[in-house]
Amino acid sequence: MSEREVLELLRENARYSTADIARMTDLEETEVEAVIEELESAGVVRGYKAVVDWDKLEDETVRAEVELNVELDRETGYGDIAERLARFPQVKALRLVSGDYDFDMEVEGDSIREVSMFVSEKVAPVPEITQTVTHYVMTSYKEQGIELGDGDEDDRLSFSP
Amino acid sequence: MTFELAERVQTVPPSGIRRFFEIAEERDDVISLGVGEPDFSTPWTARDAAIASLEQGKTSYTANRGKRELREAIADYAADRFALGYGPAEEIIVTAGASEAVDLAFRAFVDPGDTVAIAQPSYISYEPGVIFAGGEPLAVPTREEDEFRLTVDALETAGAADAEMLVLCYPNNPTGAIMREEDLEPIAEFAREHDLIVLSDEIYAELTYEGEHTSIATLPGMRERTIVFNGFSKAHAMTGLRLGYALGPADAIGAMNKIHQYTMLSAPTTAQYAALEALDSCDDEVREMIDQYDRRRRFVLSRFREIGMNVFEAKGAFYCFPEVPEGFTAEEFAEDVLREQGVAVVPGDVFGAGGDGHLRVSYATGLPELREAMNRIEAFVDEHA
Repeated sequence: MSEREVLELLRENARYSTADIARMTDLEETEVEAVIEELESAGVVRGYKAVVDWDKLEDETVRAEVELNVELDRETGYGDIAERLARFPQVKALRLVSGDYDFDMEVEGDSIREVSMFVSEKVAPVPEITQTVTHYVMTSYKEQGIELGDGDEDDRLSFSP
Repeated sequence: MTFELAERVQTVPPSGIRRFFEIAEERDDVISLGVGEPDFSTPWTARDAAIASLEQGKTSYTANRGKRELREAIADYAADRFALGYGPAEEIIVTAGASEAVDLAFRAFVDPGDTVAIAQPSYISYEPGVIFAGGEPLAVPTREEDEFRLTVDALETAGAADAEMLVLCYPNNPTGAIMREEDLEPIAEFAREHDLIVLSDEIYAELTYEGEHTSIATLPGMRERTIVFNGFSKAHAMTGLRLGYALGPADAIGAMNKIHQYTMLSAPTTAQYAALEALDSCDDEVREMIDQYDRRRRFVLSRFREIGMNVFEAKGAFYCFPEVPEGFTAEEFAEDVLREQGVAVVPGDVFGAGGDGHLRVSYATGLPELREAMNRIEAFVDEHA
């Protein structure tokens, strides 16, 4: 149970200190450290990253969601194609999905041209891939459970009964 | 000409927290732990229901006692959650906030000169409410040694045996204290023995972090002498929608309805639609908010202990009630920490007898702000205590 609670808190904010997590869960700090270590070594926690609102930065970063259709043959499975695609640093997320297409791929680059080139020159030529549909992200409102934008102003009274 | 205030209005002093507003306004970096309301927004589905009701033009008065469907939903909820069995037709009234319901009860059952015993420290509106109704409030102080639970000793010492009415608020604002069944039994016995009406404000019932909330109305012989208050402000984060309710025997609710129908007519219709949806489909959101409050509660309690301030182990509501360090009154501490560090807390004195020397600290605020506020309080204590 404590494992689940620690995990929930890390997902809420990976920068909570072990001391803060200990306070919130009534565990000892050493216990929190042990739980986190266990979660990391068991591969449950795979890493810690910042959730970024790219619209707030001056540098242009272009992101796209790419739909991929594939045709499998006897020797090639979804896993093989995924392994090949996941190696590209431009690919930030890759999921096998049900529905009209097979893979859902998130790609990131410095410009629309760069992303387009990547999709047309690196992804489309993969022999099993039969079709790609690229959707450029125009505005992001929520990332990894966190709402982006300025958020609600707290306009509550500073004192109330 | 000048308006000459009615005597009962004159006798009520201005709210003890008014002065602090002015100080808070001088600074623009104040972190407020002085608020008695959730920092969460009303769950979306409840907001949607309110919006849909407006789109459909449902903007008329409802039945005085509240929409029948809502009363039925409240009856089911109270029975399932707190084993309180009340009929939607005559034993439930929906009001503009639990505060209105409490006020109705004072006006319905307090005659001029009647004594109303109030377990304190407690929500600041009970005493004025009694005075506005022409009654005389009697403070029954609770003590930290008793975990701020009301005891028969305290009732006897205060002279509550001669009172007509007893007001309870558990889980408690401002202490965060709760009363378990075994704590309520002797109080119930006292009420039966001395024929007291009991007003039990249970607005924080959902926010009970250890064990289950017990209502005094469920104890033997208490249903017929108790009015239970609850509402949607706290657990459902609907403070601004102003919706509460009272549960009680038919004749008592009928008397309250008599006043309600001449003054309020009916509770806000839009809010009633939101409340119906809140009861119907927002259990997960409520659970999530309670979990968040619980984490913050543990965080704040633990930080106060680290800072070296004695703090009562609050087990309900969203407040904790630390003692101020030696050399300060609660008011001085609250004022100085607001001026010097920009942290707003409420001195315990304003909540009545037994609250002096303490602060009410609300943790209905996000963890990053809480962390910063606790760091500032620590800096203040390190410098002055």
